[in-house]
Amino acid sequence: MIVSKEYMESIIDQNKRIDGRKFDEYRKIEVEYGISPKSAEGSARVKIGDTEVLAGIKMELGTPFSDKPDEGSIMVNVELIPMASSLFESGPPSINAIELARVTDRGIRESKALDFKKLCVREGEKVWLVFIDIYPINADGNLFDACYMAALAAIKDANFPVLEGDKINYKEKGKEKLPLTKMPISCTVWMIGEKFLVDPTQEEELASDARLSIVILENGKICAMQKGGSMALRAEEIFKMIDIAEEKTKEIRRYFK
Amino acid sequence: MKYAKRNDGRKFNETRPITAEVGVIKNAVGSAKFQIGKTIAIAAVYGPNNVFPKFLQKPDRAILRCNYNMMAFSGSGDRVRPGTNRRGKEIGMVIEKAFENILDLSEFPKAAIDVFIELPQTDAGTRCAGICAASLALADAGFEMKDLVCAISCGLVGDQVVADLDYSEEAFEGGSVDIPIAMTPRNGEITLLQLDGEISKEDLKKAVEFGKEACLKIYEIQKQVLKAKYEETKQ
Amino acid sequence: MSKLVVVEKQIVVPGEILAEGMDFLPGKGTFREGENIIASRLGLVNASGRVVQIVPLAGKYLPKRDDTIIGVVKDMSYSSWFVDVGYPYEGSLSMKDATAEFIERGASLSDYFAVGDVIITKVANVTKEGNIDLTMKAPGLRKLNGGRVIEITPFKIPRVVGKQGSMIGLIKDKTGCTLFAGQNGRIWIRGSSPEAEKLATDAIYLIAEKAHTSGLTERVGEFLEKNKLENQK
Repeated sequence: MIVSKEYMESIIDQNKRIDGRKFDEYRKIEVEYGISPKSAEGSARVKIGDTEVLAGIKMELGTPFSDKPDEGSIMVNVELIPMASSLFESGPPSINAIELARVTDRGIRESKALDFKKLCVREGEKVWLVFIDIYPINADGNLFDACYMAALAAIKDANFPVLEGDKINYKEKGKEKLPLTKMPISCTVWMIGEKFLVDPTQEEELASDARLSIVILENGKICAMQKGGSMALRAEEIFKMIDIAEEKTKEIRRYFK
Repeated sequence: MKYAKRNDGRKFNETRPITAEVGVIKNAVGSAKFQIGKTIAIAAVYGPNNVFPKFLQKPDRAILRCNYNMMAFSGSGDRVRPGTNRRGKEIGMVIEKAFENILDLSEFPKAAIDVFIELPQTDAGTRCAGICAASLALADAGFEMKDLVCAISCGLVGDQVVADLDYSEEAFEGGSVDIPIAMTPRNGEITLLQLDGEISKEDLKKAVEFGKEACLKIYEIQKQVLKAKYEETKQ
Repeated sequence: MSKLVVVEKQIVVPGEILAEGMDFLPGKGTFREGENIIASRLGLVNASGRVVQIVPLAGKYLPKRDDTIIGVVKDMSYSSWFVDVGYPYEGSLSMKDATAEFIERGASLSDYFAVGDVIITKVANVTKEGNIDLTMKAPGLRKLNGGRVIEITPFKIPRVVGKQGSMIGLIKDKTGCTLFAGQNGRIWIRGSSPEAEKLATDAIYLIAEKAHTSGLTERVGEFLEKNKLENQK
């Protein structure tokens, strides 16, 4: 759809959205687990409207960081493959892909949702490295929430691989779940003109001036944030955005029960 | 070494179960998903796009560019490192060649048609699944084609010629030969053929026969899913 | 003996045999191979007299002279604008074809059309290498203000317009929107509210999806009526 920024703003200004949704209304969310069960340790598909993201988990054995000898770690990677949109190009990760990966990483890492200590095999020697690879296959806005949800769902789906000595036995599938102890949920609130909205379509995203991704735990604590877009936000605006995210993450949490 | 019975109980000339669907990627001009056994290929077609650098342009037609990629978590063993690699590049190129003579892109001089093939899960036969998906996606996009293209991997497991090897058969301890074949179903023209391993001429002949048989079966499925997109809604 | 091996309006895929024998002639979307006529694209069979052709169900825009289309201004030089028309290469609109007004040498072209402007324009000429000349000198050609532009396959534009504009008239009537359907598959919609535009958009997507079915006008009429009522509730 081709819509000018001015026209989009004039619609938003009338408290309306181009597809008829309310400002705080997500498109239909679908979460499917185990979309690549043969090859991945865990995998998931998340659809938000026409945005569709696949995520999968692979695990490797590595040596721990010297300052954290008893902890494993995660590696989050987002590939903005040209399959998903004519706006994406082949080649090394763009800054947008890197930001998506880092924001997702932070939400999972800083919330301590995944117990890194339980990823330790032998202190100081061998720990699990959890690779979370995320692929949007159709991009129609709100990749921040979609990538995050897909990563979380893939972790929820994942089992430890089977070890034989210090090698992974890929012929067998493990039964022990990854230690996902909390459910940090992400909601990104966008600003167009003076208004706040969630789950923008591609067109709304292009017309927006600022965004704030907020990851919230079940107890209401905030565990990661990222402001994007070029417009500056006032503190009271930020708290208004957090209020919206608080409400919306309660709804989204239902999909991860 | 003797291979008397297939690991999954199939007949020697039998493919794994196949499902397909077109129109799976909304943003693309045409798209399809093709699953054979546990191997899943998704193909999306974009374009015609413009071509830079200019010397790559053809004055009388569009060029076809195929991009083949295994998702990082799609392999049977370790994680596949994202990004381009030599294997992917070569497969992309042979897939281009499998379609080059079939597609008529003279309507779009100087432009390029891009086909992106992604594999979320693999269990051998990925380039063939990719070709089957790409063929559906190109037809779904409405490009002019002389025929659809069907592809299957045949070969030798131990001493036995089989159709559609899975990963366990490729890794058979008594050795295996893998022969990916792409074919146009109407005339049986072979547009892709690769082979690695050691095989007698007689066995190769039999493998190609198995391939032909399997391709005709795939063709029926391709035809049916392309039509189903429109017939479903016809009522 | 020559015979047709498919029936009228049957859906065929590329490579399917349509007719056998030399009495039939290959039309659009088909080719001859030996004595047979083969489909070269996905579509519906249309056999009128001896010519067998395919009415495509999908496909991209191919510019033709005199097409009236919707373009988006992408760039400009000293003397012309470059316009995205839904084809890989941009069309070019020169100063002399842009307006009846006299544009002074060195004038700023963006005073007339700026980057991002959406225009109804016409293909003045197209070469076989794909170079497109555009013009604004014909009735109805203009810059479009506001609204949204959606895109469908250009092959379905005739169904969106309908016989003597009956279908597009129906949508205008039931939604109160102003619409223009370009032959490049782009449709401009502007209404008094986003809801009205959304309804018109959905109706057009419905037409695009069901374009090959019969009873389309009734179906679209019902759709508009049903959703209009829901809106009023």
